[in-house]
Amino acid sequence: MAGALVKVQARARRGEVIDITAMVAHPMETGFRTGENGQILPRNIVQLFVCRYDGVEVFRAEFHPAITANPYIAFTTVATRTGTLEFRWIDDRGAEVIERAALIVE
Amino acid sequence: MRRISAWRGHWLTAPTVWLALQCGVAFGQPTPAPGLRSGFDTMSASTQAMQRDDAANPGMLTVKEGATLWSRPEGASQRACAGCHGEASVSMKTAAARYPRWDERLSRPVGLSQRIALCRQRYQGLDGGSPSTPTLHDSPAQLALTTYVAHAARGATLQPDPDPRLVPWRERGRIRFDQRLGQLDLSCANCHEERAGLRLGGATIPQGHPNGYPLYRLEWQAVGSLQRRLRNCLTGVRAELWPPDAIEYIELELHLVNRAAGLPVETPAVRP
Amino acid sequence: MTNDSAAQTGRRHSLRLMLAGVAGLAAGARAPARATPSEMQAAIAAFSRGAMPQSGSLRLVVPELVENGNSVPVSVMVDSPMTERDHVRRIALFSEKNPQPQVVVFHLGPRSGRADVSTRIRLADSQRLVAIAELTDGRFVQTSVEVIVTLAACIEN
Repeated sequence: MAGALVKVQARARRGEVIDITAMVAHPMETGFRTGENGQILPRNIVQLFVCRYDGVEVFRAEFHPAITANPYIAFTTVATRTGTLEFRWIDDRGAEVIERAALIVE
Repeated sequence: MRRISAWRGHWLTAPTVWLALQCGVAFGQPTPAPGLRSGFDTMSASTQAMQRDDAANPGMLTVKEGATLWSRPEGASQRACAGCHGEASVSMKTAAARYPRWDERLSRPVGLSQRIALCRQRYQGLDGGSPSTPTLHDSPAQLALTTYVAHAARGATLQPDPDPRLVPWRERGRIRFDQRLGQLDLSCANCHEERAGLRLGGATIPQGHPNGYPLYRLEWQAVGSLQRRLRNCLTGVRAELWPPDAIEYIELELHLVNRAAGLPVETPAVRP
Repeated sequence: MTNDSAAQTGRRHSLRLMLAGVAGLAAGARAPARATPSEMQAAIAAFSRGAMPQSGSLRLVVPELVENGNSVPVSVMVDSPMTERDHVRRIALFSEKNPQPQVVVFHLGPRSGRADVSTRIRLADSQRLVAIAELTDGRFVQTSVEVIVTLAACIEN
């Protein structure tokens, strides 16, 4: 898979609910389209997106083919302590993209 | 619908302008003609928001990819773009706003993507396929680099290059813009001048400016080149597609840039 | 498009042809099959494990004008304190007319802070979109919106 873009603020107050956006490059081939030769283009979509905060899962999304190409997601999490947010996407073929962001919590 | 290009043809391409620039006379940037509107203005609020937010604009994924390629040493000489051009945010700050330009070796105008392809060929020894490869300008690496370089000029004002050698090519582009073609017998002007602002299906017809390319088209669910979009237009009027890198594309682009002078570069734009 | 000169009528006719062509091509190129309302109901029942969803403080936001069905921004918000005892566990979206009804399932928890998620989805046609949330007390709350989807002109093929 190609790259991803994640937006998280660098610093937060303890207990603050922060906004996170995450977008990954992926065609999200539905498996319903036909190619030029008339054959069905095989499905390949990102199935799973997981956000972990210092190793603990805080958010998960299960995607189906109806999710737009280059899937975009915006969600929230509570800033509990200084640590690392990890974002992981996994597609039908098992390919993974991982992005990380550091969060300083005061 | 008033013609927005009528008064531009003579003024900006006059040899006197070119000479004045050579003598270092500051001319200032063109102001957009009255009524000139970027395709951005005719979009829905949510699509506009998608373009404005770099975290939500899928074109920024392509920009990120281009940034990686910019620094990657390639070919036998192991040269990277950065090796000659340094930081793109500095060296390419206005580049995309000034294309198409004249290429000395080919003795013809080239667009930004062609220039990049030629550079990769000449200085990195990369053969991305000959210029007549159908999807050269939309191959991933080519698109990523072009988007990255054009994005470096985001916000810069589109200015037609005043080189007088471009004049006859630009003029052919202007004529082509008004020429009817295809089974539907429509010219670019029929839709993008006379009917700009009216609706075709559920969509508002834009004026058809090139200031956001390469852009993310929701219909493609991908970033694509101006050539790709022009091919969609040709398909739309049921005309035969011009061969890849045909001179028709560059002539038309010269005219489109002239017509759009004064608009800002928006790359990577988002469009329906 | 104003006066009725012969040339104008000709051009209007051409544009109508193009439009019909576009619509026809678009319909053919898009999904070959469609879910039915009963398939969507079955998918919702599977998600709610048979529980009857109620209406509740759940908001589903979609733009009034969808310029392209390939990319429809969607936001779902549930009014919940998101505490350990009282929070939203999952939120799911279902489509009435896409080839399959499931769209996405979000898993939340007390660490979410708010039940507020956005994404972009594909809608094959104008249709009803359903959002349903599972709460810690075992209830399911549901809402839906009618989305109008327009077609682009001058497409690839």
